[in-house]
Amino acid sequence: MAAVRVEEVLAAAEEQEAEKRRSVTVEKELELEFDLGNLLALDRNPPAAASGLRGAGPRREALLRALARDNTQLLVARLWELPAERAGGAGGPLVARLPDPAFRLPREKPPPRPRPPTRWEQFARLKGIRRRKRTSLVWDEQAKEWRRRWGYRRAGGDPARAWLAEVPEGADPEEDQFARLRREKRERVARNELNRLRNLARAHRAGTAVPAAPLHPTGHQSREELSHVARVARVSTASLGRFQPRLPKEPAEPPSRSGGRKRRFEPLLGNLAAERSRQLELLRDMGKKKPVLDITRAVNKQLRQEEAEAAAAKGKKQSQRGKRGRRQQRVGRKSKKSGGRPQQ
Amino acid sequence: LIYCYRKPKTKRAKRFLEKREPKLKENTKTAMLIRGGNANLTVTEVLKDIYAVKKPFAVLYKKKNITRPFEDQTSLEFFSKKSDCSLFLFGSHNKKRPNNLVIGRMFDYHVLDMIELGVEKFVSLKDVKNSKCPEGTKPMLIFAGDMFDVNEEYRRLKSLLIDFFRGPSVPNIRLAGLEHVLHFTVVDGKIYMRSYKVLLKKSGCKIPRIELEEIGPSLDLVMRRTHLASDDLYKRSLKQPKALKPKKKKNISHDVFGTTYGRIHMQKQDLGKLQTRKVKGLKKRPAEKAAEGGGVSPKKAKSA
Repeated sequence: MAAVRVEEVLAAAEEQEAEKRRSVTVEKELELEFDLGNLLALDRNPPAAASGLRGAGPRREALLRALARDNTQLLVARLWELPAERAGGAGGPLVARLPDPAFRLPREKPPPRPRPPTRWEQFARLKGIRRRKRTSLVWDEQAKEWRRRWGYRRAGGDPARAWLAEVPEGADPEEDQFARLRREKRERVARNELNRLRNLARAHRAGTAVPAAPLHPTGHQSREELSHVARVARVSTASLGRFQPRLPKEPAEPPSRSGGRKRRFEPLLGNLAAERSRQLELLRDMGKKKPVLDITRAVNKQLRQEEAEAAAAKGKKQSQRGKRGRRQQRVGRKSKKSGGRPQQ
Repeated sequence: LIYCYRKPKTKRAKRFLEKREPKLKENTKTAMLIRGGNANLTVTEVLKDIYAVKKPFAVLYKKKNITRPFEDQTSLEFFSKKSDCSLFLFGSHNKKRPNNLVIGRMFDYHVLDMIELGVEKFVSLKDVKNSKCPEGTKPMLIFAGDMFDVNEEYRRLKSLLIDFFRGPSVPNIRLAGLEHVLHFTVVDGKIYMRSYKVLLKKSGCKIPRIELEEIGPSLDLVMRRTHLASDDLYKRSLKQPKALKPKKKKNISHDVFGTTYGRIHMQKQDLGKLQTRKVKGLKKRPAEKAAEGGGVSPKKAKSA
């Protein structure tokens, strides 16, 4: 008898467990699709009990609510399965880590374009100049404390209150030095602004380059434009226009831009001043002790170019080959370095 | 800021411009809720309720703007540029199209998609008298009905609604704070939008049992006109920059059963130089030694 009771008790306990689990399980024909990063659930099942949903009134609301309850239960079950941790120590709230959103939604703005380098950036890259990290505070001897490099209460004192302006060696003694300093600062500011605008214009032009615009037919094109377009169209075939038959009224050979001459010479008796300056320059260059071509500079430039190319190639090869490629490259580079130094 | 011809003179102006320029990871999309020239009470209430749901990522325009989105989109684009909003909801009313809502989104300050919906029944936040969830909770979104997959227009509408109500993208979420759920059902061409508050009840196991309580605006919508973007424009807007793609970890592979395998690449080992003296398992035991060198043991041989 005791055994029977034990069995009964076990069966009852199992019943209870199943009951509890039933309360959180939901039966669906088709599985839902989940995008947990967006807290999104997509139910593909055609709306069941459609007749109930058609009729207006509280019955429809009840059916909608039941459907919503089932779907929400499934979504919450999935969310509870995510790896969770206690934020802010043991007593903090339970926080789940969401995956990245999977549903593709269009962007607000197009992705940012990489801007072309400014003139200084190009020069720095060419010369191999790298940015030095500067300290934000500088020691001021006068005030015996650390002050900013520039701005409010800067290290060298306020430049507007400079009461002394030395007259430099070769300058006119009557000249107003304060006015000169102010003028030079204004010029510097203007030059910086001009360069900034030039860099911007170059970036803008590079971004919105539309090379094909003049080649599209508008209807108001002149004779020259049309002939230019026809010439470009002729050369735009796979064999660069070599086997292109001519139109009935097209000239047999394309009229060359130089007018039939391969070499051009200046007229004999033309610009006297230009001729004079050219001859004098030639004499000057012949008489100079220093060579016109600075060998050291040229060689350095060549070396730097080679280094840059090697670095670019190495970077590409590294990403392609991986570890083994890096090992081989290093061995190869050592030998190249020893052979490439100029003997000076 | 990169293409700024007038450099900002204050830090605040600089921050303002930086917020608006195109970025790798974008800001949360904000919505502008506009009233048309002849908006009636229903439509105004709808706009106000949706503003309450979407706060703080929405702007409600107070004055009426006499425009027609489907004919002329320039004024919408101008508003979008001024307020930096990429989603909009425009409400109007006339005899031909009563209680009209135009929901739409922008790409690069130009209209991408626009869908016109008619409101057939509307129950406002004020009419449902119970406690609501706090402002700014990220809602759970559920779409029910096969029309959302089958029909192209309904698919775009689904994408639009997700974009509209999604809220900010977060890496973690507090499980107890999942309070709001927006449920969209499509039956017979009618879209029922219901908003519920989620009550988590104790169940026997870890997963709580869900009970729903209706709050919030409930709308019965019917689709009217659409102005969808062409396929190539839509594809261009979906394009994500390469830098955002998750970096693939090399040399890791997964099994069907969930086992993770890794590959290690080794150099070639010279097996002659392997260190075996320190491996106790390879040492000869005294019994073995005796059996092997029974006749001749090396030491004895040497001495002899």
